[in-house]
Amino acid sequence: MTPPRGFRERLCLMDAARLDRTLSRMAAEICERHPDTARLLLVGVHTRGVPLAQRLAARLPVRPVVGSLDITLYRDDLTTIAPHPLTRGTAIPVAIDGRVVIVVDDVLFTGRTVRAALDELVDFGRPARIELAVLCDRGHRELPIRADYVGETVSTARDEIVEVRLSDEDGEDSVWLLEPAPVPAVTPPPPPPVERRPAAKAVPARKAAKPAAQRARVAARRKPAPRRKR
Amino acid sequence: MSERLLLRGGRVIDPARGVDGAFDVMIEHGRVAELGPKLPPRGAAVRDVTGCLVAPGFIDIHVHLREPGREDKETIATGTRAAARGGFTAVCAMPNTTPVNDSAAVTRFVMDRAREARSVRVYPIGAITKGSLGEELAEYADMQKEGAVAVSDDGRPVGSALVFRRALEYAKGLGLVVIDHCEDPTLSHGCCMNEGPVATRLGLRGAPAVSESVIVERDIALAELTGGAVHIAHLSTAAAVDAVRRGKARGVRVTAEATPHHLLLTDELVREREYDTSTKMNPPLRNERDRLAVLAGLKDGTIDCIATDHAPHTVDDKRVEYDQAAFGIVGLETAVPLMIDRVVNAGHLKLGQLVERMSTAPARVLGLPGGRLAPGDVADVTVVDLKRRARVDPEAFASKSRNTPFGGLELVGWPRLTLVGGRVVFDATESAAG
Amino acid sequence: MSAPFPHRHLLGIEPLTAEHIVSVLDTAEAMREVLGRPIKKVPTLRGRSVVNLFYEASTRTRSSFEMAERVLSADSLSIATATSSVQKGETLLDTAKNLEAMNPDMIIMRHGSSGAPHFLARHCRAAIVNAGDGFHEHPTQALLDALTLRQKKGRLEGLKVAIVGDVLHSRVARSNALLLTKVGAKPVLCGPPPLLPVGVEQYAPATTRLDEAIEGADAIMMLRLQRERMSGAFLPSTREYHELYGLTVERVKKAKPDVVILHPGPMNRGVEIASEVADGPYSVILDQVTNGVAVRMAVLYLLLGGSGGEA
Repeated sequence: MTPPRGFRERLCLMDAARLDRTLSRMAAEICERHPDTARLLLVGVHTRGVPLAQRLAARLPVRPVVGSLDITLYRDDLTTIAPHPLTRGTAIPVAIDGRVVIVVDDVLFTGRTVRAALDELVDFGRPARIELAVLCDRGHRELPIRADYVGETVSTARDEIVEVRLSDEDGEDSVWLLEPAPVPAVTPPPPPPVERRPAAKAVPARKAAKPAAQRARVAARRKPAPRRKR
Repeated sequence: MSERLLLRGGRVIDPARGVDGAFDVMIEHGRVAELGPKLPPRGAAVRDVTGCLVAPGFIDIHVHLREPGREDKETIATGTRAAARGGFTAVCAMPNTTPVNDSAAVTRFVMDRAREARSVRVYPIGAITKGSLGEELAEYADMQKEGAVAVSDDGRPVGSALVFRRALEYAKGLGLVVIDHCEDPTLSHGCCMNEGPVATRLGLRGAPAVSESVIVERDIALAELTGGAVHIAHLSTAAAVDAVRRGKARGVRVTAEATPHHLLLTDELVREREYDTSTKMNPPLRNERDRLAVLAGLKDGTIDCIATDHAPHTVDDKRVEYDQAAFGIVGLETAVPLMIDRVVNAGHLKLGQLVERMSTAPARVLGLPGGRLAPGDVADVTVVDLKRRARVDPEAFASKSRNTPFGGLELVGWPRLTLVGGRVVFDATESAAG
Repeated sequence: MSAPFPHRHLLGIEPLTAEHIVSVLDTAEAMREVLGRPIKKVPTLRGRSVVNLFYEASTRTRSSFEMAERVLSADSLSIATATSSVQKGETLLDTAKNLEAMNPDMIIMRHGSSGAPHFLARHCRAAIVNAGDGFHEHPTQALLDALTLRQKKGRLEGLKVAIVGDVLHSRVARSNALLLTKVGAKPVLCGPPPLLPVGVEQYAPATTRLDEAIEGADAIMMLRLQRERMSGAFLPSTREYHELYGLTVERVKKAKPDVVILHPGPMNRGVEIASEVADGPYSVILDQVTNGVAVRMAVLYLLLGGSGGEA
C-alpha cells in the first residue's frame, strides 16, 4: 500500500506481530471489565474499525455480536467535501437497548468521527453504556472525547497521518506514521530530510495541515505501552 | 445629402441584365445614372466600396413588422431600420397584426407609417380572409389600391380548400399572388418542433413534415385548377420542395421561398441548446435530409427566393417553457451574412445566384419594382462588405427584439451601405463610428 | 473509495454514465438501512433547504421526496400549483426568481412542459432535480425501478425488461429505457403503433406485439394508459386496448417464471393490467414505494452532500 499523495512513510509504529499482541492485550482489557462478553456489542467504524472489531471479537472468550457504522450521514463537514456515493452502510444486527456497546476505530484523532458515531448509535436506541476502543491514540483532540481501550498512544505532529493497514483491506498488518513529503525536487532526489521542508500542497482536507511552525517536535516518542496484564 | 453619389470600386452584380464585374455606379437624383469602369466623380460624393458587392436592393417578401398591435415587439420604424441595417431596401409586411390587415384602412395605416419611418420600402400584404379566419374573402382590390402587393393569411393556413380556391380565382383577376402558410393544423396541433427522433428524445410534440407537404400539394393542385398564382411561404421539407418542383414542371404558377434558418439549421439544435426557445419557429427546424433538400431546391431554382420570416418577439414571450414560447425568430439583420458566409462561401450558391434569390426573384415573384440595377432605375442598392468578419450581436440589433439562435456566431460578409432611392438608409461606417 | 458524483443537477438519466447510476443505487441501498431504523432520521442535510415545486398533481412522487427530505433532516417547503401558472399570473421565470430570493439549496420540480427543469437550471443557482417533465424524463422513477429490479434479480446486466403501453406520452418509459440500456439490460418497448413515438428505436428495440415483448422477460414494466388518450384518436377503446395490450395472467406465463412486474402507478385495473396480475405474486409495487424514498434520499445526498457538486 502506498501512502496518500503528498505523504511518505516516516516511522513504522507497529509491525504485524506487535499489532497482534496489541489487539490481544486490548481484548484482555475488555474481558477484564466485561466478563460476560456475549452480552457485548462491538461496533466498528468504517472502514478499518470494522475488521478491528471483528479481530477483537475473535479474541474474546465468547464472541460478541459485531456491527458496523458508516458515519458519513452524521459528519459535520459534509458541506465542505465532495459527496461520495455511500457503499458501506451501517449494520447494527441486534437491538442496542440496555447493552454495553464498544465502538471500535483505528485511530483516535480530533474525536469528530467518534462524535458522529455516538450520534448515530443513539439513533438506534438507548445502550446501557458506550465505550471506545482505538488501536492508536495520536492526540490533537478537538472534542472532549477519550478512549477506554487504547492500543498505543503516539505523539504526532498535527499534519502527520497515522495509517493503519490491515490485511483484510490493505494486504498487510502494520501501523505507520506518515509525514508530508517535501516538494518534489526537479533534479536529484533530496537527501533524507534532516530539516523539514514546508508541507507539500496536496494535503487531503480530511486531515488538514497546519502551518509548519505550529508542528510539534519531530520525535515520535512512543510512550511505553501500558501493559497491565501479561 | 448630395444629389450625386459615386460608388467606386465595387463588384456590381445585376442578374437581371447578366452584369457581373468591377464597375463604378453613379447615382443621380435617386436613380442609377451610369454604370461603368472608373467613372469620373464629376462633383459627386464618392464612396469607396472596394471589396464590396454592389447589387440591386435586396427585398424580403416575408416580414412581420407587428404594427399595428404589438409595438412592444416591433414597429414599422424599428423593423424598417432593422431591414436597412440588414441590407434590405424593401420588405413585405405580413398582415397578421392586431387588427389584421384585411382592409384598406389598415393597409393605408401601414403605408403611412412606412413613409414616416423614411427607411426602406414597405409593401403591405393583405389578408386572404377577413380576420385571417379562413372564412370570408377580404377586399383585395381595396387593399391593392392602398398599396397591398399580395394576399396571405400567414401564421395560419387557409383551412378550407374551397376558400383557398376562391382566393386564387379572385386574386388572379387582380393580378395578385396568394401566399400560403402551408400547414395542416390537425396534424400539427399542439406541436412545437419537428416530429422525429429528436422530438421524441426531448419529449416535445412534433409536427410531421407531411403537415406541410399535404397543404403544399393541395395548393399547387388548386393553382393548377384555377390558373391562379400561389407562393409557398417558408418552405421547409423535402416533400414540399419536391411538390413545388413537380408543380413547376407542369407549368403551374407556383413559386416558393425558404428562410436562412431552414437552410442552415436542423432540429438537432433544439437538443444541443437544451430547449432554448430561440430554436422554436413555425415551420419548425427540420431534419438534415429536409435541410439538404431545401438547399438543393434553392440551388436548382425550385425555390425562387430567400425570405427571412422575420418574427420579432419580446423576451417575455420567449423566456418561458419551450412548449409555451412564441414561434419565430428575427431574421432581417442576420440573413445577408448568413447567406454569404454559410451558403455562398460554403460553395452552395454563386454570389450572383444569391443576388438573384434576394433581389431579382423576390421582385419577380410578387411583381414588385426593383430587382435590377440599370441606368434609369430607381437607385435601391445593397452594398455588402464581402470581407468584413464580425459576430452576430443581438444587443446591437435595430430591431426591438433579440430572439435569434445566431447570437455570437462569427460570420464574414456584412451589409455596408443600403440605399433607397439613392438615399443612404444604412451606413455601416457611420454606425461603427457612432 | 468510489468517485464523487460529478453532477450538479439531476435533469434526466441521459447525462448519467452507468457508473453514476450504480453510485446512486448503492447509495440508495445504504439509505434503505436508515429507513429500517427505529429513529428514521439522520442529520446529514441539516440546515439545507429544499423546495418541492409541483406543477402537476402527484401525491406519490411528492410525498416520496418529502419523506426523503425529512429523513435526511433537510428543511423543505412544498409548493403545489394545480396548473401551469403561465395563463393566469406568474411565469415560471418569476417563480424561479422568487424562489431564488429564498436561496434554496435545491429545487425539485414536476412540470407538464418538457425541458422546464432545464429552464429552471438556467435561471437558478439551486441544484435542480427533475421530478418529471412533460414527456421527457422522470429520472428518479427509473432509478427506483432499477433499484427494485436489482434487489429482485441481483443484477441488471442482461435482464430482458418489457416496457409496455403508452410509450409516446411516457417520461417513465424514456428514462427507464435509457437507464436500462446504459447498465447493460435489454429493454424492449411495446405498444400500439399510434403510441410508439417516431424514432423509438433510438432507445431500444420496439415491437407492437405484446407476446413478443413478454417472451422470456425477466421483468415487465406496465405504463399507465391515460384515459384522455381515447379522445386523441390514438385508440378506439380501453376494452380493445386491454384485449391487445393488457397484462393478464395468461400472458404473464410467457415471461420467465420469476418475472417481476412493475408499475409506476396509479394503475388502471382492467385496462393496462388485470387485477389478478396487479395483486399477484410478481408485483413489487410496495418495494417500489420504499425504494422510491431511498433513491430520492440518495439523490438528495449526492447532490447536496458536498458544496453543490463540481466547484
